[in-house]
Amino acid sequence: MPKLIPVADALSKPFWDAVNQRQLVLQHCAACDRLQYPPQQACQVCNSPAGLTWKEVEGKGHIAAYIVIEDGRLNRRMPDQPYNLAMVTLDADPRVNFYSNLPGTPPYKVPVGAAVEVTFEEVAPDQLIHEWRVA
Amino acid sequence: MAASAGYQWRRDKDGLGVWEHRGKVAVAGFGHSPVDRRWDEVSMDKTIGAYSILACQKAMDEAGVTADQVDGVICCDSHIAGGSGGTASQWAPRPYFAPPYDSELGLTLVNAQWLTEQLGLRNVKFAPTGVPTISEMVGMASQAVGDGVCSTCLVIYPTGNLAGRYRRGGENADDYARGARQWVAPWGNHGGNDFINSFPHGQYCRKYGGKHDDLAPFVVNQHRNGLMTPWGYNASHNVPQLTIEEYLNSRYILNPLRLWDCDRPVNASTAYLFTTAERARDMKQPPVYVLNHSQHSFRKRSTQEDLDEIEEWTDRAAKRMYEGAGLGPNDVDIFNPYDGYSIMTQFFLEGFQWHGVKRGDSFAFYAGDIRVEGPHPLCSSGGNLGTGRLRTAMYTDSIEQLRGTAGARQVKVRAETALAAFTTPSSGGWIMFGKHPN
Repeated sequence: MPKLIPVADALSKPFWDAVNQRQLVLQHCAACDRLQYPPQQACQVCNSPAGLTWKEVEGKGHIAAYIVIEDGRLNRRMPDQPYNLAMVTLDADPRVNFYSNLPGTPPYKVPVGAAVEVTFEEVAPDQLIHEWRVA
Repeated sequence: MAASAGYQWRRDKDGLGVWEHRGKVAVAGFGHSPVDRRWDEVSMDKTIGAYSILACQKAMDEAGVTADQVDGVICCDSHIAGGSGGTASQWAPRPYFAPPYDSELGLTLVNAQWLTEQLGLRNVKFAPTGVPTISEMVGMASQAVGDGVCSTCLVIYPTGNLAGRYRRGGENADDYARGARQWVAPWGNHGGNDFINSFPHGQYCRKYGGKHDDLAPFVVNQHRNGLMTPWGYNASHNVPQLTIEEYLNSRYILNPLRLWDCDRPVNASTAYLFTTAERARDMKQPPVYVLNHSQHSFRKRSTQEDLDEIEEWTDRAAKRMYEGAGLGPNDVDIFNPYDGYSIMTQFFLEGFQWHGVKRGDSFAFYAGDIRVEGPHPLCSSGGNLGTGRLRTAMYTDSIEQLRGTAGARQVKVRAETALAAFTTPSSGGWIMFGKHPN
C-alpha cells in the first residue's frame, strides 16, 4: 500500500515542486542564516518573512532516533506494519529534522547514529516524497 | 452570558513574578460521574451530557452551593475519543433522541450553554467558548475568580468514548495528507502525544543509559494507585492489578511503546467549583487554595521535537510555575504530572526536580519506593494510566491529598502543597494548590 499523498498548498508548493525534480530545498533566512523545515510564513527566529528564500541543501543526514509502528492509526499504512519511523537530522543543520521509513532497512534493524542520504519515492503519479537511505 | 473574547487570563510568559491572586482563589468542591469504558448508546442517564450534569451537581452539593450562586461555567466542547472524526467521534448520522439529546450536544459534545440550560443556572455571566483543555480551564477559572470576572465558577471536563477503535477514521482514513499533516503523515505519524514523546524518549534512553522496560515499576505503580482511587475506572470496574510481567509481555503499539504505556479511553465527566478564598471558607469543605497557575505553548524547531527541546521546555515551565507560586522544588509535597503516555512523565519529573530528581535520574527513581505509603509518593492519583483517560485524576487527587481525604491513597508524607497538570511538554498548563493560602 503506498504512503499518504501530500497535498501542496501555497506555502509548500515550491518545496514539493523541487522534490518532484529530485531536489531538496529548504527555507533559508538570510538575516539569521538559518534553515527551517517544514516551511513557515516567517522565520522562526526573527519572525520576519523578508529574508526567507528557498535554498537547495545537500541531502545528507544521520539517524537520531526511531520507533517501529506496529499498530498505527493511518488506514493507508496498515498493510505496511510493522515499519520503521526514524527521525533524521540534517548534516547541514542538525536542528532540522525529517521523518523517514528508511527504505532498505528492515524493521527493528535501524542503526541509530548511522549516516543517511536523501532519496525520492513515488507515492502517486507525478508526486514524489523525500526519503532517506542508510549510506 | 459573556464570552472570553479579549480576556487576557493566561500566565504564559517567563518572568511574570508571583501570581497576584496567590492564595485568594480556592477550590471548594468537586464531583465525578461514574466512569464507563464507553457509552452503551442506549442509557440516556449515562451519556456524556448526563454525566456532566451529574458531576456539576455533585461539585455544587459538595461545596454547598446552589444553582443560583453559580456565575461562571467553563466547559470545553469535547474531548471525546475518536477526535479525528468519523463514526467513532460523532453520533450522526444515527437519529438523535428527545430533547435535550436532539443534537450532538449531550451525546458527543458538551458546552457551557447547554449545561447552563440543563442545570437551570440563571445567573451565569462568564461562559467562555473555545476552551481547550482541563489544564487551561483550571487556570482560566483561577484567573477569572481572582480578577472578579466571576465569583463561583464551575469547571467541567467531559471525556467521552463511543464504540470503535481510538481515533480511527476521519483524516486518519484519508489517502491524502493535508495542511500540517503533509510533513508527517506520509511517513506514518498520525499525530498525538505518543509521537511527540516517543523520539525524545528514545534519545533519553540513549543519553542517560536507560531502557524502555525501566518504565515498568512506574506503570505498575500507577495501576496500583488507581485501584485505590474509587472514582476512577480501574477501581470501579475491579480491574486486576497489572503485573510487571503483564506489562513487559503486552503488545507493542509504537515499539517500544506498549499497550500499557497508554491510557484507557473512557466515558466520564468531572466538575470542580472554584470560588474566592473568602467565600470558600464559609462553604462545606476545607478550601484548597490556588497558589499559581501557568501555561506554556512552545514551538518546535522542525518536524519532530527532540530531547534538547523537551528538556528546555519543561525547565521553563517549572521555572514559571515555581516563580509564580513563590515556591521551589523542595516545597512541593504532592506531585501529579501527566502520564497519558508513560514515556513523558520523566521529562516533567526532572524538569520540576521533585524530590531532587535531576536529568537522567527518573528510571532509578522509579525503581525505588514510589508507593503512596512510601517516602516518594509520585503521581498519588494513579493518573490516566491508573484511572482511565479522565485527565482529571491529577487535580482531584491533589485536592483530596491536601484535604486529607484520599483514603487508602493518603500519603504518609506532608501534604500541604500539590502540583498538578494535564499537559504535553510543548503545550498545556500547571496549577499549584495549597492547604494554606500563604
